[in-house]
Formats: sequence, C-alpha cells, structure tokens
Amino acid sequence: MTSNGISTPFSRRSVLKGLGATTGLITAPGFTRFAQAQSSEPIRIGFQCHRTGIGASYGRWYERTTMAAAKLINEAGGINGRPLEIVIEDDGTDPARGAEVVEKFANQHKVDLVYGTLFSHVVVGSAPAAGELKMPYYVVSEGYHVASGKLNRYCLQPGITDVKAQVRSVAPWIADNLGKKVTLVYPDYAFGHDHRDFFEPAIQAQGGEVVAKVAIPPTETSFTRYLPQIPRNTDVIYHVMVGPAVLTFVKELGEFFGNSGPQLFGFIDSLEAVNINSPGLEFLDGSHFWEGMPRYAQPDQPDYVDFYRKTVGINDEGASVNDANDVSTNAHMFGCWETLFVIKRAMEAANYQGPQDRQKLIEATEAMEEMEAGREHPQGRKIFNGKIHQAFGEQSISKLEGGRLNVVHRTSVEDGLYEAEADYTTQSF
Amino acid sequence: MGFGPYLLLATLEGLVTAAVLSLMALGLSLVFGVMRVVNVAHGEFFMLGAVLAWYFSSLVAGDPALGFLLALALSPLVVALIAWVSDRLVLSRLKYEPEATIVATIGLLYIIQQLALTYYGADSRPVEAPFTWRIQLPWFGYSGYKLAVIGASILLVALTALLMMRSRIGLIMRATQYDSETAQAFGIPVRRVYSAVFALGAALAAIAAVLVVPIRQAHYLMGQEPLLLSFIVVIIGGLGSLRGTVVAAVLIGLSDGIISMFFSPTLAKMLATLLVALVLVFRPQGLFGTAAR
Repeated sequence: MTSNGISTPFSRRSVLKGLGATTGLITAPGFTRFAQAQSSEPIRIGFQCHRTGIGASYGRWYERTTMAAAKLINEAGGINGRPLEIVIEDDGTDPARGAEVVEKFANQHKVDLVYGTLFSHVVVGSAPAAGELKMPYYVVSEGYHVASGKLNRYCLQPGITDVKAQVRSVAPWIADNLGKKVTLVYPDYAFGHDHRDFFEPAIQAQGGEVVAKVAIPPTETSFTRYLPQIPRNTDVIYHVMVGPAVLTFVKELGEFFGNSGPQLFGFIDSLEAVNINSPGLEFLDGSHFWEGMPRYAQPDQPDYVDFYRKTVGINDEGASVNDANDVSTNAHMFGCWETLFVIKRAMEAANYQGPQDRQKLIEATEAMEEMEAGREHPQGRKIFNGKIHQAFGEQSISKLEGGRLNVVHRTSVEDGLYEAEADYTTQSF
Repeated sequence: MGFGPYLLLATLEGLVTAAVLSLMALGLSLVFGVMRVVNVAHGEFFMLGAVLAWYFSSLVAGDPALGFLLALALSPLVVALIAWVSDRLVLSRLKYEPEATIVATIGLLYIIQQLALTYYGADSRPVEAPFTWRIQLPWFGYSGYKLAVIGASILLVALTALLMMRSRIGLIMRATQYDSETAQAFGIPVRRVYSAVFALGAALAAIAAVLVVPIRQAHYLMGQEPLLLSFIVVIIGGLGSLRGTVVAAVLIGLSDGIISMFFSPTLAKMLATLLVALVLVFRPQGLFGTAAR
C-alpha cells in the first residue's frame, strides 16, 4: 500500500507525515483499542500428546486432565487476562515424530510453548528441537533426563518428581518392610535405566543390595523367558514395566511363581490404566505399589483432592465416571494439571505477552521454590530446584488388599531430595 | 535355576511361539503358493482376529470359556469375510500383478490398522483364557493354557494338511497353484478359488490370533512382529510348501525361545534374519520349496 502511495497520488513528504502521525497515534496513551485486541488473543499451548502408540492410555488421561485444568483456568479469567487454548498434536509415542511435532507447533501452530510429554524417549528425542527453536518445553515425564542437565535450558519438569527422587524416597521403606535383597525388572531404555542406576545406591544406603538386574526390551510382549534370571535368594522383586504389555507381565509373574515367590514391590507403571481386578492378577493381592498420586480415593484425603478427582472425572476407584472399565493413570496425570498451573504462575510473574517473552518465562519458572499443596498442587507440596528445572514431591506406597490400593506410607519431599548435578541457569538462551 | 529346567522353560516358550507362527505362516504361504500374492497385510488380519476376539468374548458374561469359544468360532469367519471382500474389491481388479498387489496390501495394512485404532482404540485389552490351569513343576509354574495352544496348533495344521492333500477343494487349489490357465481350461473357477484361498489364509492368521490373545492381549499394533517372523518362516521353509512352513516355524520358534532366553531376543531376531539371507543365497527356493518353473 505505501509503495503504491509513494509512486502516484501522494508526495513523499505527505506520506512521511501520515506515517508519523499514525505511529504517534498507536503509541499515544489514549490509543488502547489495538493493544487490548492483541492481549485478548489466546495464549496457545502446544500439547504433545501420546494419542497413539504404546503411550496411548497415558495420553488419553493426560489429555482429559489437561483439558479439565485449562477449563478451570479459563473460567477463572485465563492467564494475564487472556484465555488459554490447548493445541493438540499426536506424537505416536515416537521420538522422531515427537521432534517433528515440536517443529510443527513452532512453525505452523505458532504456539507460545510446548507441554505435556510423558515417555522419556520422546522427551529425549524432542528436547534438541525445542532447544534449537528456543521453544519452552514443559514435560510431564518422570525420567531423570531433565534433572541430569543433559537436555537444554528450554526443557523443564516442574509438575512431577523424577525417578531418582522417587526411588530414593521408597528405598528405605522397602528395606525396612519387605527385605534387603532386591531383583530389579525394568524396561531397557532411559526410564528403566533411571531405576537401574538410582535404586541400587539408594538400597545400598539402607544396608540392602541389588542381587540381579533384569532388563527387558520395550517392544517385548512375552516375559516368561526373563523370569528364570531372578535369583532364588531374592527377597523382593521390584518391577516397573510400561506400555501395552504390562498386564501380560504381571500375569506371567503369577504363573511362574504362584503364591510362593518373593515379595513384590511394583511401580504402579506396571499397572497404570489396568483394572487391578482383571483376571489373572489375583496373585498380586498383598503386594505393594508406588503411586505418585493414589488411584483409589483414600478415607483421609483433603478437600482439594476431592475437587481434583471430581473435576478430572474419576470415581473413587480411579476409573472414569462414565465408564468403570476406563481406568485412569492417576499416579502420573496430576503432573499435567500441576504443570499448567505452574505455567500460569510463571507467565503472571513474567508478565508474559508473547513469544518475545519466552526467556522471561523460563527465568520466572526457574525462580520458583515452594509450591504449597492445594487445588493447584493436589498431589501435594513440592519444592522446585530452578538449577536443574526439576520438582520434588511426596510419594505414596500402597498395599493391594481386597481388590483396592490402600496407602500405607507417605514419603516426605525431603526423603527424595538430592544434590543437583547440573545448573541450567548458567546456560545462555 | 539349573540348566535343565532353564532349557525346558525355553523350549516350552519356543514351542508356543512356533505353534502360533506355523498357523500364521501357513496362511501367508498358502496365499503366495496359490495366488502368487505377497500379502503384506497378513499381520493386520492377525491383529484383526485378536481385536475381534476381544469384542466377541466381551459379549458373553459368565464362564470365560463360552466367550472364548464364541470368539474362536466367529472371529476367523469375520476376518475371512473381510479378506474375501478385499480380494474382490482390490486384488482381483489389479489382476494379481505381483508389484501392484504388494503396494495394494501395504495400503490394506494401513487401512485396517487405522480402522482398528479408530473403532477399537489404542489400548491393549485382555481376553480371559478359557481355563487357567497352572502346572506346578518342581522348578517353576507354567500356564496350562499355553500347552493347550501348542496342542490346538498341531491339530489345526494337520487339518489344513488334510484339506490340501486329501479333499477335492485341496485338489482344486493345488491345480490352480500348478497352472492357473490350464485349471481354468478344465472348468475350475480360478477367480473364486483365489478369493477363497485369500479368505482361508486370513482365517488362519485370525485363528492364531484368537489362540494368542489370552496370552498376549489385543493391541492395534500387534500385527507387525508376527508378520516379519512369518515372512522369515516362509522364506526359509520355501514359499508355498506346507511341510517347509511347519519345519521352519518350529525351527524359528525354538531358536527364538532358546536363544532369547540364554542370550537376548535381539540376537534371536538377528540370527533368524541372517538365516533368511543364507537361505536366499544358497537355496533361493527355500529348504523345502521347489525351484520356480
């Protein structure tokens, strides 16, 4: 328009005058309409979701939790007066696709940040793309990859505790109550390796030992062939399996040992989204599980937990209120809810206006320390370490009895705290 | 656990794999033998069999054996019907051109997989075994159902062999396999035989899936690995050879069971694939196949 204007009916001087006047008008204090229009644009959060692939049951519940939290935030006036919009892309629980999705969010959807990923191989695969695109990447994984310092300054995990802290907090209870000779059964990739690497020192500190480590490839669908690797002198089998084959794993464990096997301590990942009363699982009765957040409603749970469960739509058994067979991933999905509220708080602290403020957003998140238990943090109190971009929280140990999981022990935040091995805040943006 | 029991467990596990694999590979081999169609969608017929087994068994409350029997009866029928329609709508229109049918069955693979994802979902769901006997050996417990799968598979392979060698339908199928033009000249409805063979091949995959689903659960991505293993089996055994398929399935199943237990599952797959390469180099027609005429 301006170049056309210059070429024919207007003189150069009149155009310059006009431009100057327009600029003055826009920047003048009285001219607020445009500014307001811009700030009422939604804040767009790209949700990298495992809608398909082996993480699908988590993805389904991560999505429901995210939408419930986003609705709540919007009903309360959004973030900085702007509504929140969740843009969802399926990553197929695949690292290569994960990186593509991050690029799609940046270049096509123009989101403010990317959020939500669970599976560690997808996080590790996507993190470099987030770093290159300077895109804040708030993951809801559990792996130690963020806290290890091996990713980049754009990757944060403020809503869920990592495996290193989880295993440190449950190890003393295992050694005191179940036994000191432990065999680990874990998936043979990053998430499983965190259990392998951090549980051993944690149990040794309690005078216990790891007598065998059984690594199982993530694509495996049959497990009996691995079970003879469990030594006879094992007191406790510590199992953590993920993906579609989890039910098969515990069933085969039951067939192999019957009722005469070692004690079982499972990370609930082995049974996430699986009905505990499925046929073939009877032998699990009396065994113990780690839970990030209890699946079954507990008699003494606070009001904000009631509120959270009701808002997300799960019943007292931890299944969807619409379908009792649709069992939730309640031990992990709270991380989405809490992370969204952390993002909200950080955006408000940074007075976030748009992608130009991404750096301020990350700095505001890094500055966080205490997160009080409540509606925004229904899983419990948390401490955030800005240097390693990692939150620390409380964990539950539950006993499976009478077809339901009852919490028998709750660890403190301090039980899981460890010395930071990295410092993202020293990295340049 | 001592070496003996360890080997016993490995052998049992290997035999279960071999049982499922022989049924599955038999279907693939039959389709190739008679129709010269490399059916890349075979794994998806397997998956469909498992998913339908979940659906049919969930219709029946009460004794799990009833639901399982219903699945065993209906699931292969429905899969056979879908295969028959696919043959009529797609393969026959491509005049069974080898290159075209490979591409078409890859397309079919994606269509079936996405339909399963859309209507069944991304979850894995269990089907209750018709019985849950647990056999307690001195060293470990073993699933009675898994042993039954081995037995059922032997029975079904024998039935298929009888059908091929002793029945009139088998004779027609073999005639079509040897020379379809001459068969047609003798009044054999070759196109109908092709549709029937394609449906039978898919039904065999579905039966294998119904047998496996109480052990492994139904999942929309479960067709990939058995497809690869069946290709390995039919290449080693010789495409179109029933005897070769069974021998190769037992060989691959046992080696998978034993090698993956004593070493690693990846090594078992590596050796199986290496064996394919060796067979292709030194005996391209397979161990029991006949050279192309």
